Amino acid sequence: MKLLPMLSALCLIAVAGTAQAADPNLGRNLAATCANCHGTNGNAVKGSGLDSLAGVPKDKTLQKLADFKSGDKPASIMHQIAKGYTDEQLDLIATYFAAQK
Amino acid sequence: MMLMKRRDFLKVGAAAGAMASLYGCAGGGKASGHVVVVGGGYGGATVAKYLRMWSEGGVQVTLIERNPTFISCPISNLVIGGTKTMEDITVSYDGLKSKWGVRVIQDDVVAVDAAKRSVKLAKGGDMSYDRLVLSPGVDFMFDQIPGLNNAAAQSKILHAWKAGPQTIALRKQLEDMKDGGTYAISIPKAPYRCPPGPYERACLVANYFKQNKPKSKVVILDANEDVQSKKPLFTKAWADLYKGIIEYRNNSEVKDVEVSTNTAVLEFDKFKADVLNIVPPHRAGDIAAKSGLKLINNRWVDINWLSMESTSTPGVHVLGDAVFPAPTMPKSGHMANQHGKLAAAAILNLLSGQEPNPAPVVMNTCYSFVDAKNVIHVASIHQYDAATKVVQPVKGAGGVSAARNELEGKVALGWAKNIWADMLA
Repeated sequence: MKLLPMLSALCLIAVAGTAQAADPNLGRNLAATCANCHGTNGNAVKGSGLDSLAGVPKDKTLQKLADFKSGDKPASIMHQIAKGYTDEQLDLIATYFAAQK
Repeated sequence: MMLMKRRDFLKVGAAAGAMASLYGCAGGGKASGHVVVVGGGYGGATVAKYLRMWSEGGVQVTLIERNPTFISCPISNLVIGGTKTMEDITVSYDGLKSKWGVRVIQDDVVAVDAAKRSVKLAKGGDMSYDRLVLSPGVDFMFDQIPGLNNAAAQSKILHAWKAGPQTIALRKQLEDMKDGGTYAISIPKAPYRCPPGPYERACLVANYFKQNKPKSKVVILDANEDVQSKKPLFTKAWADLYKGIIEYRNNSEVKDVEVSTNTAVLEFDKFKADVLNIVPPHRAGDIAAKSGLKLINNRWVDINWLSMESTSTPGVHVLGDAVFPAPTMPKSGHMANQHGKLAAAAILNLLSGQEPNPAPVVMNTCYSFVDAKNVIHVASIHQYDAATKVVQPVKGAGGVSAARNELEGKVALGWAKNIWADMLA
């Protein structure tokens, strides 16, 4: 008797799982939220004084972001912004920028 | 000749759109179709570029903008304060045309037929679309300030809350003002465009007075109960830098103006200024209401935060200051740019038969100058929440500057260079 509610619960989870399936362009979309300051696809305007992120190795970007999050790396604003993203999102962002020219 | 080209272009767009809907159900295909974008500000220019870039030219994009060039509202307070020029805040649409293949048409959209999926242009003719993006900014509710509800009054008592001729005109009024005069700026009840903007403007006008007209005063008439953004940082700047120059008055809503005497009429009081700068209450740009989109409080467009699509009118996406904001979300150019990217990603998914990204994120950064060099910021990150179906501010993230500083003054100008390139280059 308890099987039916359990099955429908499983179905719900399955449906929810499908609805939550990550967008194939999630990394691209997340990285685009950084572009206002760091340039389209991480290519900051030369001479603007802001860091380009395009082509930077993933580990390097992730370490920087982790240090901003923990407060180890002093910043004017990035310590506040890095905290707004999950570690998985920061991983996708760093991966995307590493692959840009 | 021009007309022929436009017609051919539209034919191609419509055919591509038909293909997209035929094959749409298969899912995962390459996006194609014709997207018309109305308004080339921070939201519209961004969505136009990103649609072209992310579809690798697969989607045709027409941007309809009434002005010949982009003029930025952010940084325009420095023009009013006299440390930047109009040239510094003006960017051409040429990059969108030549680099990204966006068709930019200088015109105005006077009507939207959502059922037929077409827009009517002021200079004549209709244009069909597969998806429409309205990024119309705001229009002012001059009827709330009866004395200002005519063209003559509006040319004397300025808002300068859209960058352009009014920016230059307000600067001129300040230059012409005698030393010992009073400049007053009024702020409407929130929500309004650019929450810290009026306080920044007060600082930069005071900075100009301090150096050039030291007997002059700045009065802020705020309809709100309190300073709406970066309060401790602004009030500290007023005390440290502009003591005896800036006076802040809360709960001071402007109900009317007496144009001949430059007088603001408050509920129980009147205030006469030498330069009176009234920022009237505003609402979504007029085309939103004219298009029959569902508005909240009869002012702001109700949208779906997964796609920026109108909740009432399929196929019409709305960006920027015109939308009913998510909790704590400011009406800012930076945010409009983020809306543009959210919408571009969603539109490309929809045009290729896929659901929009179920987990969008947008963020805001807003720098305000308190003098020619020192800046304070506010930042926030907003993640989509499936339970409330809106983007919600991330707790514990974002925040404001520890103190005003020159480093962020340089960053603010770098921000402007990058965001203008992100939209237009």
